Amino acid sequence: MSEYNNIMVYTEVAGEALSALSIELLGCGRKLADDLGQDLCAVLVGTKVSSLAQAAITYGADKVYLVDDPLLKDYQSDSYVSVLEKAVTQAMPQILILGQTAVGRDLAPRLSFRLGTAAVLDCVQLTIDPDSKLLLQTKPVYGGNALAIYTCKSYPQIATVRANVMSHLEPNTSRQGEVIIIEAALDPSAVRTRILEKVPESIEGIKLEDAKVMVSGGRGIGDADGFKHLEELAGLLKGAVGATRPSCDNGWVPSTRQIGLTGKIVTPDLYIAVAISGASQHLSGISGSNTIVAINKDPDANIFKEAHFGIVGDWKKVLPAFTTKLKEILSRA
Amino acid sequence: MKMIVCIKQVLDPEAPPASFKIDPLSHKMVLPAGIPPVISSFDECALEAALRIKDTTGGKVTVLSLGTGLLRNVVKKPLAMGADNLVLLEDEAFDGGDSWSTAYALSRAIKKIGSFDLIFCGRQADDWDAGQVGSGLAELLDLPSITVAKKIDITKDKARVERITDGGHEVVEVDLPALITVSSELGPPRYTTLEGIMTANQKETTILKPTDIGVEASQVGASGRRIDLQKIFQPIREGNCEFIVGESLEEAGANLAMELRKAKIL
Repeated sequence: MSEYNNIMVYTEVAGEALSALSIELLGCGRKLADDLGQDLCAVLVGTKVSSLAQAAITYGADKVYLVDDPLLKDYQSDSYVSVLEKAVTQAMPQILILGQTAVGRDLAPRLSFRLGTAAVLDCVQLTIDPDSKLLLQTKPVYGGNALAIYTCKSYPQIATVRANVMSHLEPNTSRQGEVIIIEAALDPSAVRTRILEKVPESIEGIKLEDAKVMVSGGRGIGDADGFKHLEELAGLLKGAVGATRPSCDNGWVPSTRQIGLTGKIVTPDLYIAVAISGASQHLSGISGSNTIVAINKDPDANIFKEAHFGIVGDWKKVLPAFTTKLKEILSRA
Repeated sequence: MKMIVCIKQVLDPEAPPASFKIDPLSHKMVLPAGIPPVISSFDECALEAALRIKDTTGGKVTVLSLGTGLLRNVVKKPLAMGADNLVLLEDEAFDGGDSWSTAYALSRAIKKIGSFDLIFCGRQADDWDAGQVGSGLAELLDLPSITVAKKIDITKDKARVERITDGGHEVVEVDLPALITVSSELGPPRYTTLEGIMTANQKETTILKPTDIGVEASQVGASGRRIDLQKIFQPIREGNCEFIVGESLEEAGANLAMELRKAKIL
């Protein structure tokens, strides 16, 4: 396997720039490359994205494999797996890192099967084993009830990494790097899916991922009406309302507000969990919060193991009084 | 419309988090004996997606599962919900697999089953959360795939799928046959009915062994793995919660506001 000899990061574009997660992945990839004494390559795919190659270098890449083609405007499994297969075959990386995004979680498994290797998704830590030099990939399993560390038996070792667990490098605009152009040479008929429409989620107010304060409700809220109390509090604190999977599955809250392993991963300064028992898959999405406050009537609820402040009791009694007091405090400030 | 739904028997993810323990010998998680296994929740959503199509356009739903120690009252639940027949890859050789060996065995079983229009899988399983069997199966069968779907409409020989993306969703069209992985945003799966439970036992169940699908035991299960589990451990939750109290719950609520202010959190 000695012909495989560098680290590759798949960078995603958000708007007109590299995504924040891609920049984190470049920071992570740079560290792994330095640990192994290897180069860091970025692979940049899309339409009219060539101007971003320098950004990848600025954030740590030594080489950028650029695939720029009108047919790559939108992510589709068939086209992107095909060009990534080309890039990997040319660059021969030992490790390929992608983001745990809608793109990464679709692309990584299919690509790994195409290449005859293996992937580990939703990693929260990547390190090099000092003895075997293999990539140790840590990810939540059993809905976050445990963490598992995996190694791949073949190259490239492919991992997707979730947002906000890696730190990016400070940009260095004087960094030099090489840009290598790969022709996509796609056959349009080989792309078997067609995107008919893109529907952005209609979130009123602050995006969940950007909110400094979050107020979330679980199964114990009981119905859609109950969430009005949470909205009032979130409005007061200029925060956003989130929910657990059962609250969303019951239709009380739009599914775009789901927080957890298969929903959104959030990292607010303050997370207020109302009537949330604390299923591991939910905690998995909030563990990066600075302060967690929990209100739950069950003193043994799992949420209290993760919370910094808690009240044991019926949220219908606690929350209005909490909101009223806060209004009073904030009006004085 | 011929549909195949892949399902997995897993530990009940709704069991209290404190009841999950790691078995030091098998490196798997275990639950106390009183908590029976269930079908992985996303797989039930995949089944629900297939049954909704059967409800509106008609068709046949074949359920496919792989494992050892498959409890009949668990794996036959899809038959009670409305699926037509059950195929079980049940053999010690299939035990301990990863996404690769599982998808490989399933792909061979599907070739054995024969023609189909749609394959459904859950987006990921509630046990290992790997999230790869659906895409891997599509790759092995050379099928187009659409992952993490929340709505599926069928028109003649096409599927129109709402796929969840990071900033919303997109509507994707694909010619059949195709593979779709389903997420819980599809909505809750239906309940079994008494009539469904009564008829489930009369429906056909086929058990397949490695030789039936033309694979060597060394290609499937633990022997066919491409990733190794080095370690599994449970995160230690600190449990240093400061409980706020008061004469009444209302007072406790007010005290919490003052406490957060004092701690400069608000």
